[in-house]
Amino acid sequence: MSITIRHLLILIISNLLVASVWAVDDAQPFADPALQARYESLTHQLRCLVCQNETIADSGATLAGDLRRELHEKLAAGQSDEEVLKFMTDRYGAFVLYKPPFERRTWLLWLAPVLLLITGLIVVVRVISKRSHMAIDAADEADQGDQA
Amino acid sequence: MWKFLVPAAIFAVLVGFFVVGLHRDPSQVPSPLIGKAAPAYSLPKVEEPSVKVSNTDFAGRKHLVNVWATWCVECRKEHQVLLEIARQNVLPIVGMDWKDELASAQQWLNQLGNPYVATAFDQEGRVAIDFGVYGAPETFLIDEQGKVLYKHIGVLTLEVWNQELLPRINGQKS
Repeated sequence: MSITIRHLLILIISNLLVASVWAVDDAQPFADPALQARYESLTHQLRCLVCQNETIADSGATLAGDLRRELHEKLAAGQSDEEVLKFMTDRYGAFVLYKPPFERRTWLLWLAPVLLLITGLIVVVRVISKRSHMAIDAADEADQGDQA
Repeated sequence: MWKFLVPAAIFAVLVGFFVVGLHRDPSQVPSPLIGKAAPAYSLPKVEEPSVKVSNTDFAGRKHLVNVWATWCVECRKEHQVLLEIARQNVLPIVGMDWKDELASAQQWLNQLGNPYVATAFDQEGRVAIDFGVYGAPETFLIDEQGKVLYKHIGVLTLEVWNQELLPRINGQKS
């Protein structure tokens, strides 16, 4: 039997279907979908400090589980997103946030893309104006050559 | 002239970033608790679970809080250092047994020796979160007013004790 595109598609789709089973979070979802959405959004914004390149939503580490529990309890108790994030940064620092705040230590990080873009634009403008001058000069020379 | 200088300057800046970046340990996350009040706690004592250990027991005394667990491989290595520090009798060491089994923790202290004046049993890991703990072992130096002076992440060695902790305990370094 040969493997067809169809077989491959079935394989890929079935893999996508079981992806939810792989999720590490075994907490009971909130009955309120809005609360559940906030919970999921927050777990994706917080870093697991044991396994630094994972969010606490994706990490199977015990600490990530404990932090999800804290988050779950605090949202259930009616705390706002800001309150929950402050709880985390008060204990673990800004590094716990996947999106670092704009502050003295991070301004260069945030502004670097804009600065690089501006530098690039300046270089491009300079190169273009230089080249167009060269072209004009060359054309002038050619014109003078015609007249002579 | 500029054609040479500008790329050379950019290169120098990059090298600077790499030199600093590569010498930093990304697993060492600075604690926002330094200079602030250490969290309050009241937990069962590992050595005698009917008794509570709380931060107020050590109010007015400089002390160490050492976070450990029997599942922590590095903690076994560190335990010998803690025993040595306890022998020097400079300040009390409070243990914080993190997410552990009570019986294993008691067995650990009985077999390896107990450097702690008391060990708080943080089974749920809630106090550890208040302390911003993310991996054992971690050690906090707390002053008489209950303020965190210093945090050491990872195994405490005699070198760290002599160079980082003792000078801070004696007030020669902040």
